[in-house]
Amino acid sequence: MIGHHSFFRAVFWPRLAHNRFAVAGAIVVALMLAAALLAPLIVRFGPYELNAWAVLEPPSLKHWFGTDDLGRDVFSRIIYGARISLLVGFAAAGIGVLIGTILGLVAGFYGGWIDNILMRVVDIMFCFPTFFLILAVITFLRPSIWYIMIVIGLTGWMGVARLVRAETLSIREMDYIMAARCIGCSDRRIIFRHILPNAVSPALVAVTLGISGAILTESALSFLGIGVQPPTPSWGNILTSGKDYIEFAWWLSLFPGGAIFITVLSYNLLGEGIRDALDPRLNR
Amino acid sequence: MARYLLKRILMLIPLMVGITLITFSVVHLAPGEPVEMQMAMNPKVGKEARERLRKYYGLDKPLHEQYFTWVGKLARLDLGRSFSTDNRPVKDKITERLPITLSLNIIALVLEFGLAIPIGILAATHRDTWLDKGITVFVFVGFAVPTFWLALLLMYLFGVKLNWLPISGLHTLGSDGYGVMRYIVDMARHLCMPILVASFGSLAGLSRYMRSSMLNVIGQDYITTARAKGLSERVVIYKHALRNALLPLITQAGLAIPGLIGGSVIFETIYSIPGMGQLFYQAVMSRDYPVVMGIVIIGALLTLIGNLVADVCYALADPRIREGRGAQ
Repeated sequence: MIGHHSFFRAVFWPRLAHNRFAVAGAIVVALMLAAALLAPLIVRFGPYELNAWAVLEPPSLKHWFGTDDLGRDVFSRIIYGARISLLVGFAAAGIGVLIGTILGLVAGFYGGWIDNILMRVVDIMFCFPTFFLILAVITFLRPSIWYIMIVIGLTGWMGVARLVRAETLSIREMDYIMAARCIGCSDRRIIFRHILPNAVSPALVAVTLGISGAILTESALSFLGIGVQPPTPSWGNILTSGKDYIEFAWWLSLFPGGAIFITVLSYNLLGEGIRDALDPRLNR
Repeated sequence: MARYLLKRILMLIPLMVGITLITFSVVHLAPGEPVEMQMAMNPKVGKEARERLRKYYGLDKPLHEQYFTWVGKLARLDLGRSFSTDNRPVKDKITERLPITLSLNIIALVLEFGLAIPIGILAATHRDTWLDKGITVFVFVGFAVPTFWLALLLMYLFGVKLNWLPISGLHTLGSDGYGVMRYIVDMARHLCMPILVASFGSLAGLSRYMRSSMLNVIGQDYITTARAKGLSERVVIYKHALRNALLPLITQAGLAIPGLIGGSVIFETIYSIPGMGQLFYQAVMSRDYPVVMGIVIIGALLTLIGNLVADVCYALADPRIREGRGAQ
């Protein structure tokens, strides 16, 4: 068995760098992050800049992605929308994976009735059509991006919990855990210092795939008018006006949807690449 | 079999309790009483509705008492009355829309499996060829396309540009006067896009699952044996391998249900189909809490029933489970 640090340097990175799809995904992810952070330097028009003389203009050299029903530049709104969509994606996936990892570790480590109860909660949560549950909760709260992050996170931890639990169950039986117990380590220390680093790989993949899932959910919510509220731009709510003007302005539908598609695809490719690079069965 | 069935049905009880607990806490853990929120968000609802909500949930009583009265009402299928101006029982509103959503989803599920199984077999039997790679690309694209975007693009292409298909509703206006055949064709034309969009959602995942399930079976010893005794590849794949590869797909059908039901909100809203998803969306937008909670509960129960049916089918198909010897 090789140590953690050298595994990443000797096996993980070379493998990931060898996977063309994963590299392409990583590059798009990086570009997208840079565009979101540097938004004011990239766009020529403000995302809130109204122009009554340029309503619903098709794409041109001036407005690359055309303009919307209020004469706002769609390119600019998509770049600023990336801030919102990525923020929600990161935060929601982070919350989901954090909850899932902790519960998975606890369930797998202690076993018995704790495990039983936690896994039944997972079963119950899997029974709800997630989208219904999210919509219902948002109905009781006010639509705001903070609630959306939390609610998407709270409904997206179950898969991670199962994976981390399974991993923990097998690690728990290893000799080095017994050794740690013999020298008097506390449960907390064993869980977080000895089990977590070795059970973390499913969580790493889950974060990447969770981001794309959360971006999809957020955009669907915003599209339905229950997510990010206009005038704040998000990819989903630009598509709402795309639907309203579908007969006159195809660019209002094509570009924001394309942004979601490319982003989600990149995170998925990167996530799959990470999974393959971590897979011990592919060891050569 | 009877013992398995009984065990499986008994297992539903804790799940059902859990579902009601979570739904109940959604109503109650939200900041502010639901009645207060209701007033703030929808001033149209008068004092009378507020009283009714108070009475239905028994909000002035202690929490555990509230829960038990509410569950008691649920058991009698009393979901309260809608806040909207028609003031009808939630149960009636849901049951009149449920058949549309259910039949759409069942058609979508059948279509999904009808496409995913051959795609998965093709990819597995042509492993690492261009065909397999092409299918992998399709799978990745399928995972990443937001269904509502796909719905919009189809609407633009087939509805607006080519003008082949109607873009909303179930019938053309005045279709009541059509003959039977024409009526059915008209409805089928309206349903083409919604069903395509509904089934696209998990087609990619399912194809991929079928591929790996098939590859898993092909790698087993009995397939090598079948090949070694000189059976044609056709017989090996379609008679020996396929049956076992299909087994785990039964479970997948059960797992696909919550996604389908949840997705109905999106495609029913976009294509203006008067089903449960549209009702849910309208209820969410007008803060019609009894309808929202009613549909959440019904959605979870449908998922439970779907999973039960899937498990029973699995047991029927796999004697190892039926006779309690444990699978795999």
